[in-house]
Amino acid sequence: MQTTIIEDAGANLAASLRIAIATILLCGGLYPLFIFSFARIATPETASGSLLRNQAGKVVGSRLIAQSFTRPLYFRARPSAVKYDAAAAGGSNLSPAGPEVRKRAVQTIAEFGADSRRPLPADLAAASGSGLDPFITLRAALFQAPGVALARGMAVSDVEASVRRHAAGQKIFWSGEGLVNVLALNMELDAAQKNSIAPRQ
Amino acid sequence: MSILMLLLLIGLPVVLSWPLGRFMTAVMNPPEHAADGRLAMLLRKTGGKMLDREQGWQGYLVSMLSFNAIMFTAVVLMLAFQQSLPLNPDSRGALEASLIFNTASSFVTNTNLQHYSGEVAMSYFSQLFALTWLQFVSAATGIACLAALARALAGKTLIGNFYRDLVRAILFLLMPLSVVVALLLVVGGVPMTFEGAAVARTLEGATQTIARGPVAAMEAIKQLGTNGGGFFGPNSTHPFENPSFLTNAIECMSIPLIAMASVWMFGRITGRMRHAAVIFAVMLLMLLLKAGIALSLESAPAMAFSGLPIDAMSNLEGKELRFGPATGAIWAAVTTATSNGSVNCMHDSLNPLTGLVPLAGMWLNVIFGGVGVGFINMFIFIIVGVFICGMMVGRTPEYCARKVETHEMKLALLALLVHPLLILVGTAVFASTSWGAGTVLNKGAHGFTEILYEFSSAAANNGSGFEGLGDGTVPWNVATGLVMLLGRYIPIVLPLAIAGSMAAKKPVPETSGTLRIDTPLFAVVILGSVLLIGALLFMPVAVLGPVADYLSTSLQ
Repeated sequence: MQTTIIEDAGANLAASLRIAIATILLCGGLYPLFIFSFARIATPETASGSLLRNQAGKVVGSRLIAQSFTRPLYFRARPSAVKYDAAAAGGSNLSPAGPEVRKRAVQTIAEFGADSRRPLPADLAAASGSGLDPFITLRAALFQAPGVALARGMAVSDVEASVRRHAAGQKIFWSGEGLVNVLALNMELDAAQKNSIAPRQ
Repeated sequence: MSILMLLLLIGLPVVLSWPLGRFMTAVMNPPEHAADGRLAMLLRKTGGKMLDREQGWQGYLVSMLSFNAIMFTAVVLMLAFQQSLPLNPDSRGALEASLIFNTASSFVTNTNLQHYSGEVAMSYFSQLFALTWLQFVSAATGIACLAALARALAGKTLIGNFYRDLVRAILFLLMPLSVVVALLLVVGGVPMTFEGAAVARTLEGATQTIARGPVAAMEAIKQLGTNGGGFFGPNSTHPFENPSFLTNAIECMSIPLIAMASVWMFGRITGRMRHAAVIFAVMLLMLLLKAGIALSLESAPAMAFSGLPIDAMSNLEGKELRFGPATGAIWAAVTTATSNGSVNCMHDSLNPLTGLVPLAGMWLNVIFGGVGVGFINMFIFIIVGVFICGMMVGRTPEYCARKVETHEMKLALLALLVHPLLILVGTAVFASTSWGAGTVLNKGAHGFTEILYEFSSAAANNGSGFEGLGDGTVPWNVATGLVMLLGRYIPIVLPLAIAGSMAAKKPVPETSGTLRIDTPLFAVVILGSVLLIGALLFMPVAVLGPVADYLSTSLQ
C-alpha cells in the first residue's frame, strides 16, 4: 500500500510536469503566435496600437488613446484620473456620491465657464474608467466648439461642421448620439488650418 | 433600448449554450471506441501511462491537486525571474515576493485578482507563458472537475482521468473558442504586437508613452474561461482591451457562455436534462434580476453632481463612452454572476446601491458561476435543498437515486460555510486593523465596501475589485492569496467527496414518494435555499456597506 502511494505520487508528478510543459508551449507560445500572425497580415495598423502620425510621419498618439489638451485651440478629452498616462491607465475609483468627485466637477465647471444656461455635459464632468477614453459625446464637442473656434479664428459653423462629421462616423447604434474622437478632430482642425494658411505664406 | 441590450447580451449566450453544451459533452465524455486515434497516441507520449488509468474520486483529486501544484510552482518561477527572461521589450523588473504569491494563487485558482497593473509590472513573457497559460489550465481544471462530479452522480465509481479531461477541455473546447474570439477581437481593433511601448509626441508637444502588447490572445481566454485578468490595469475599460461597441458586445457575451453550457453538460452526463433545465432556469432568473436591478440603479446620474450646472445623464464616472450608457451595469452583473471578474467600468465608481449587485453575485457564487465550478457550488445548495425537503416530509433525502445521509450533509455544510467564513472573518479583521483601514480610498461606508468587496471577490474566485483600495501591500497580498486558495480547493474537494460517497451506495429506486428534482416546485426550493442561506448570511455586511453608503449620501 505504502509503495503504491509513493509510486502514484511519482507518476502524478511526472504526468503533471509533462502536461504542464506541453500546455505552456501550446497556450503561451503557439496560440499567441497564431493570433499574432493573423493580426500582422489582416490588421497591421490596429494590431500595433492604431497609431496616428503627422505629415512628417512622426507618431503623435493613438486613435484609441486620449491625450492631454490644455490649449484653448484644442478640444479637450474627458477628465483623466491618471493625467492621460497611457503607460499606467486607471480610473478615479471615487464614489460618484463623494465630495472629491463634486470638487473636481466644480473646478471643471469653472474652467469651462459653464452655468445653468449653458450646463456642462456630464461626460466632461466625470472621469473615464481607463483615464484614456478617446471619445467625447457630440454634446460635449458642440459645447466646446465656440471656444475652439474663437481661439483658432475660425467660424463657429465650420468647427461645428467638422464636429458633426466626426460624430456621424461614430454612432452608437441605439442611442443615435454620435461620439467624437478628440485627437482625430484636433488633428483635422490643425491640418485644415495649415492648408488654408499655407498659400498665404 | 437598454432593456433590448440586456436581452441581447444575455439572450444570445443562452441560445448558444445549448449546442455548446452538447459539444462539451462530446468533448468530455466521448462515445466509447471513439477514434481519438492520433490524439490518444500524442497524449500517451506527452503524459505517460498515467493517462490510461480510470480514477476513483480520490485518485482524480490527487491528480488535480498535483497538477495545480505544478501550475503554481511553474508560475512562481516564471514571475520571479521575469527580468531575466525574454520577451521583455519594456524591461519590466523583478516583482515583490508577496505579490508573486498573490498573483500565482490568483491565476491558479481562476480568480485573477490583480494587485498589479499589467502594463506597469508584467513582461510579455509573463503575460503569455505564465498568465495566459494559467487562464487556460485553470479553466480546464474547473471543467474537468464538473465532468467528474457529473459522472459520479451518474452512478460511476470510476470517474474518468483528470489529465485526459484537462487536455480534452483545452484542445477541443477552450482553444478553438479562444482562437475564434481572439480573431474577432483582432478584427475589431484589439492590438496584438510584440513591440514595446510606443512613444508619441502629442499635438501639444508633450511625450506620451503608450503601452501595448499581445493583448488579443489573452483577452479571448480571459473572458471565455471566466478568468477576468486583463492585460492592462483597468481591464476591459482600457481602449486597447476593448476598443469599440462591437468588441464590448463580443467580450460581454463570451463571459457566461461556457458557464451556461456547463449546466447542459451536467444534464447530459447525468442523463437528467430536465433537472439541468430547472437549475438553468433558476440561475437565469437570478442573473436577469441582477442585471435589471443594476441597469435601473445605474441609470441615475452621479449624486455628486446634484445642484451643479451639469447636463445630467446616467452615472458616467468610471465609464467609457464607446460602450453606450447601459452596458456597464449589464457587464457588472454578468461578470460577478459568473465569477469572471473582468470589468468594463470601475466598480468602485458605481452608484452606492448598484455596488450591492456585484457583491450579491459573488456572495451567492452560483449564478452560472465559474466554468465548471459554478455548477459544483450549486450542487452543494441542491444537496442542502434536497435535505431540507426530506426533513420536512420525514423521509431520507435522495438525489440522483442515491441516499443523502449524515456523512454527505456534514461535508455539504462545511462546504457551504467556508465561503461566508472567509469573507466575513477577513473583512472583520481588515476593517478593524490598519491592514485594511489604512488602505481604503473612499471614506466611511464606501471604504468599508472596498474591503468587503476585496474579500468577497477573493473567496468567490471572481477577481474584480473596488480598485480604489490600495491592495498592493504585504498583508493584502498574503491574506487574499490564502483566501483564494481555500475558496477554490475546498469547494471542489468536498463536493467530489460527497458525490464519490454517493456513487458508492446502492441505488434506490425512484418511486412516487421520491422528491422530483425536475419540476418547477424544485426550482422554488433551490431558489429558496440559495436566497435564504446564501443571502441572509451576508445581510449584516450588506447593510453596513452599500446600504449605509447609499443612505448617508442620498439623505442630505
